[in-house]
Amino acid sequence: MPMPYYVSPEQMMQDKAEYAKKGIAKGRSSIAMEYADGVLFTADNPSASLHKISEVYDAIAFAGAGKYSEFENLRKAGIRHADLKGFMYSREDVTARSLANGYSQSLGTIFSQEMKPLEVEILVVQVGLNGHASEIYRISFDGSIIDEKTVAVIGGRSEAVLAAMKDKVTGSPPPLNAALGFCVSALEQTANQKLSPEGLEVAVLERARTGRKFRRLTPAEVQQLLTA
Amino acid sequence: MKLPFLPNHDESSFFDFISTQYPGLTLGGHGGAFPAAQEPSRTGGGLTVPQATTVLAIKYQRGVLIAGDRRATEGFQIADRRIEKVFKIDEHSAMAIAGAAGPCIEMAKLFQTELEHYEKLEGMTLSCEGKANKLGQMVKANLPMVFQGLVVMPLYVGYDLKRGEGRIFKYDITGGRYEESDYHAIGSGGKDARNTMREHFQRQLQEADALKLALLSLYNAADDDVGTGGPDLVRGIYPTAKFVTAQGIMDVPDDKIRAVYDVLLAARRSKET
Repeated sequence: MPMPYYVSPEQMMQDKAEYAKKGIAKGRSSIAMEYADGVLFTADNPSASLHKISEVYDAIAFAGAGKYSEFENLRKAGIRHADLKGFMYSREDVTARSLANGYSQSLGTIFSQEMKPLEVEILVVQVGLNGHASEIYRISFDGSIIDEKTVAVIGGRSEAVLAAMKDKVTGSPPPLNAALGFCVSALEQTANQKLSPEGLEVAVLERARTGRKFRRLTPAEVQQLLTA
Repeated sequence: MKLPFLPNHDESSFFDFISTQYPGLTLGGHGGAFPAAQEPSRTGGGLTVPQATTVLAIKYQRGVLIAGDRRATEGFQIADRRIEKVFKIDEHSAMAIAGAAGPCIEMAKLFQTELEHYEKLEGMTLSCEGKANKLGQMVKANLPMVFQGLVVMPLYVGYDLKRGEGRIFKYDITGGRYEESDYHAIGSGGKDARNTMREHFQRQLQEADALKLALLSLYNAADDDVGTGGPDLVRGIYPTAKFVTAQGIMDVPDDKIRAVYDVLLAARRSKET
């Protein structure tokens, strides 16, 4: 029986991680940032129909970066999980924490057991209600989960975008137009080009809305906010 | 490979999802372990079980009005005086139910989840027709439970944004779906309510007139049918109604309904003296 070549586990994990990282860095960035009345999502996304940002449940939203088909599958799985839980128990029992945990488990299992890791990085965000703080979870291709504060960036040159934003997100959360301005200028700075409102995907989890908090902003609204 | 929440499923229907993955959660998912309904005095024979309800829908100028009484019965006892039979399903549709209360409420909840689930997965809402068909499939799936005596009979109304008009759909127990052009009522008092509506219905009614007609029909139904509750003046319990329009769903506030009944009852009283 022919023996497979020996590859040390360290080497294999490293190769997989490198492969995944390369795939994720190829895309464009998405930002989630807290503003005065909720959480703002801004993605550099030229397509108007293939979304990177999506609603998951009442106060929970999802953002994905990397390979579209792969994070789209994760998004659907998350919605199924959330709807099932909300149906079985109650709407308030659906939390970003349990969702992020599930994602982390799935991504971790795939990373260690499959030949090809998923080339994705995702955000699970829950806007804080009734005095609770908002939760932003960033989950990487290997299942590692990071509880972010106030701002998180995924995909593309995420570290450069984060560096461009870091000095602006100190203190209390800014109003919506200022927050959007920060995000867009950080994205433009890293992409080295001007981004039109049509080339942006913008959505918010608005604390003040009743029921489902998620809302997409149209290019016209984005234009208005940026010029205001 | 087993993953925490990535079951092998890739359809956009929540109902199909739980039917295949979690059959215990669906309507009639109890494996039919119930004895047949034992209420000889009212079941008569075969499939006729008490549908202690009157719910109705009327088209009017801006869309559809859907309304229902508040009584639930158990044999000859009143089980609940404040039960809610009209449900908002999504931004542009509502349904009212007649039949066994438990499965009815479950179906409404399942249908709400179904439409929201589809909207989130696909990024857009189902068409009015699509929603009505989906509800038909759910009624059909409940057919085994009908033989146990647990009938669920919905009346579905939606505002069709493409056509720019309100629409009314009724169903039969096999999931057959029929569209009504003007008005409809179901439940034990449905026939009485339909009779009243037939006499007074007009196309393009004003909002206030449609509400008046709906409440009059419910009142007449309660007059002739023991399973239907009329306005309870002592406790202040009144039928519920919702307007389904292009702008969304609007609950009719209790005091508005009470005002209509005050006039109606005064007119009836003057006839008696």
